[in-house]
Amino acid sequence: MQLEAKSPEGPLAEKWDRHRFELKLVNPANKRKYTIIVVGTGLAGGAAAASLAELGYNVKNFCIQDSPRRAHSIAAQGGINAAKNYPNDGDSIRRLFYDTIKGGDFRSREANVYRLAQVSNQIIDHCVAQGIPFARDYGGLLANRSFGGAQVSRTFYARGQTGQQLLLGAYSSLSRQIAAGKVQMFPRREMLDLVLVDGRARGITARNLITGEIESHDAHAVVLATGGYGNVYFLSTNAMASNVTAAYRAYKKGACMANPSFTQIHPTCIPVHGTYQSKLTLMSESLRNDGRVWVPKKPGDNRKPELIPEADRDYYLERKYPSFGNLVPRDVASRNAKEQCDKGKGVGDTGLAVYLDFKDAIKRDGEEVIRKKYGNLFQMYEKITGDNPYETPMMIYPAVHYTMGGLWVDYNLMSTIDGLFVLGEANFSDHGANRLGASALMQGLADGYFIIPYTIGGYLAGTGFSEVNTDDEAFKESTAQVNAKVEKLLSIQGRRTVDDFHRELGHIMWEHCGMARNNESLEKAKSMVQTLRSEFWEDVLIPGVDKDFNQSLERAGRVADFLEFGELMIIDALSRQESCGCHFNEDYQTEEHEAKRDDENYSHVTAWEYTGDDREPVEHREPLVFENVQPTQRSYK
Amino acid sequence: MTAAKEINLTLKVWRQNGPDDPGGFEVYRAEKISTDMSFLEMIDVVNETLTLNGKEPIAFDHDCREGICGMCGAVVNGRAHGPEKGTTLCQLHMRHFSDEDTIVIEPWRAKPFEIIKDLVVDRSSFDIIVQAGGFISVNVGGAQDANNIPIPQDVVEKAMDAAACIGCGACVAACPNASAMLFVSAKISQLALLPQGKPEAARRASAMIKTMDELGFGNCGNEAECQEECPKEISITNIARLNREFIKASFFSSVK
Ligand SMILES: Cc1cc2nc3c(=O)[nH]c(=O)nc-3n(C[C@H](O)[C@H](O)[C@H](O)COP(=O)(O)OP(=O)(O)OC[C@H]3O[C@@H](n4cnc5c(N)ncnc54)[C@H](O)[C@@H]3O)c2cc1C
Ligand code: FES
Repeated sequence: MQLEAKSPEGPLAEKWDRHRFELKLVNPANKRKYTIIVVGTGLAGGAAAASLAELGYNVKNFCIQDSPRRAHSIAAQGGINAAKNYPNDGDSIRRLFYDTIKGGDFRSREANVYRLAQVSNQIIDHCVAQGIPFARDYGGLLANRSFGGAQVSRTFYARGQTGQQLLLGAYSSLSRQIAAGKVQMFPRREMLDLVLVDGRARGITARNLITGEIESHDAHAVVLATGGYGNVYFLSTNAMASNVTAAYRAYKKGACMANPSFTQIHPTCIPVHGTYQSKLTLMSESLRNDGRVWVPKKPGDNRKPELIPEADRDYYLERKYPSFGNLVPRDVASRNAKEQCDKGKGVGDTGLAVYLDFKDAIKRDGEEVIRKKYGNLFQMYEKITGDNPYETPMMIYPAVHYTMGGLWVDYNLMSTIDGLFVLGEANFSDHGANRLGASALMQGLADGYFIIPYTIGGYLAGTGFSEVNTDDEAFKESTAQVNAKVEKLLSIQGRRTVDDFHRELGHIMWEHCGMARNNESLEKAKSMVQTLRSEFWEDVLIPGVDKDFNQSLERAGRVADFLEFGELMIIDALSRQESCGCHFNEDYQTEEHEAKRDDENYSHVTAWEYTGDDREPVEHREPLVFENVQPTQRSYK
Repeated sequence: MTAAKEINLTLKVWRQNGPDDPGGFEVYRAEKISTDMSFLEMIDVVNETLTLNGKEPIAFDHDCREGICGMCGAVVNGRAHGPEKGTTLCQLHMRHFSDEDTIVIEPWRAKPFEIIKDLVVDRSSFDIIVQAGGFISVNVGGAQDANNIPIPQDVVEKAMDAAACIGCGACVAACPNASAMLFVSAKISQLALLPQGKPEAARRASAMIKTMDELGFGNCGNEAECQEECPKEISITNIARLNREFIKASFFSSVK
């Protein structure tokens, strides 16, 4: 298989324009003859479904939750980037592009990232027109804040609920198209297979989560916007239903999976506090604008934080990275927190936490100002921990947060399967080995509002389609396979619950394929995952029946996929004998413990091709060519 | 973090296998519950035990577990989302309960929210109300620069207060008349306050209210229970604003 990125020729700044001009168009009257399936209603899927319907296509839109408004994007807190340069502090499209490529440790495609920066400004315009109540200054103009990995203020926000507001904007546009009859909405449906006819994506097989019925849906093209797979670690900041299933089933049908081991560990989360815990809560990165991170200088100093004088505190980020300070990128901040805790300087009951202190900010700006900026985050922290961050520093620790890896896509966001497009966190495209804060919302909306409407048109106009409907053999075969898997799961009736397996898998992945990795432990983890997977298929206990609302069965299907996908992540991590961004192999680090890249041998995207259940996947490489930036050792000093 | 304790509880949980099943309470013990757990984590623990004992776990909706998606919700000891003010069920922590408490857990009960199973209800009527007009009609591509229309900070803050609604349905469950006025008024207010939403304000108000009535939600009796139980503390001043918008729509506008 040849991976063709299809980046357009020409100067960077003209590529997207030129490409849009060269793409074939579907005549307005013909658009209604095409049906497009969009799986997912997060920022990427919701935006795509709405804008494709606005253009006149027929859209069938699917989601797991009871309403499209509840997709995981709703939980994003901090903000969304754009190169507006409203604060006049030196921002530009070029700088947003550069920061994103550098933040990703030079493991992403130049043309895609530049396009992302280019459309970022239109996103803000559109969102304001939709009625999104972004924060404003006294003069009534839009306000900005800073996020990690940038020295300019380019993040737009709506209190600590930016994801909610952006998603409700996309949901309102989607609702308008549902009312107009252009979008048919299928909530409480889970896609369990992709259906190919003549090598093209022509439909999906989905389970109705209320009745348990298996349904077939046909279309001319399929768009996956099914989010990230952070829940492979069991504990993460993702919503409980976030999963890899749709993407993984597409992988098994021939879509290559790119850089699956690139997962982001977010530095500011509420620390783990018990074995029963079901998820981790993020404290937005925006807090690092005003909060100062520190640990006691002396290991084992367990005085209350208020009683530790300045002289005995180590503000290690400010000390080590004077120019970015507390706003270093996430991978750097996370690894540093781990390093401090490994040295015995961690705080709290478990010693796996560092302080995030607002004392100085409150002294400087007053409590009211801080409350206005972060009130809801402080409140959430207090609800969960019982501590009041206005009085005592927060305790934070890194947690799994975002997955840069995902299905491989070309410049058109099409996977290695013709007619299968992948958007948002589900694809691998823009963030390289590390995503900068406030860039996922930007990417999801860029993909959905401004990119797919053009590129899918090019595909549809340039393709001759055969008549296909759900009576075709391919749909029947897929339904039979899905049914067989459901039956198999329910027939095991073993001794361990689904969550029990999931928790164990998460533990293996966190210990061996998490914030820091090494070859020996990755090898060990690979066989541990294999063993756990066979135990699962012999010993899992799923109550209830298939033709019913059965949440244990839903979770079992997702965990079964995680148990296979986890191994693929490990294989990927082992194949990349360098460190870059979030992929930190301990054997490859600079003297200052920063990730040490090997551009000579690893300046590429790794894309894995499925070849069978008991065979190793085949590795393909898309070389990364840098014509406009010079890959350097990242430095945030 | 304040030190965690372990408590033991008795749960009376509504179990109902589908909309046509009459349903009823079942009693379970929840043992060794850490006070650091969230309410949903406590149900997780009970569900693990039920599963291992060959019973079906309690069905309940949930997703983000951080109080923002609006998926979770149940009536706990007679209160929507439980006893803490301004808190969703997933953000309610067990430190608010005492050892040997009995906790009664029921689904939202309102005619327009049919029970799907146990604590899971069908809230699709909320989506239908939004489809009737809870949007600004703008297509992708046509917007002007975002800073072209300044919006006074206090106006945006008010719009944001209303926009914070998570669509969980607690307001309906708390209302003796099963009215959806708080939910509807939050959307109408948000969009009516902003200059971008004004052109359609009249049509939006009348269409959303009409749809709400058609779906079988009751009338607002000014009981303010909705505001009391709203996990996002959406204010009933939004209902007053809705009424103003509705009157404007009925009397002064050509759109009815
Ligand atoms: C707590 C938190 C805070 C964050 N804060 C920020 C921030 O401030 N700024 C920022 O830029 N990014 C942030 N992020 C990241 C960002 O929110 C996500 O990357 C982004 O929202 C993902 O959007 P998406 O549309 O790709 O997927 P999602 O929003 O995850 O949507 C996935 C959709 O797919 C559906 N789906 C999944 N699988 C199936 C299936 N098999 N069948 C049918 N439907 C399916 C789901 O129902 C859902 O509708 C944050 C993330 C978290 C966890
Ligand atoms: S689970 Fe999302 S609000 Fe409770």
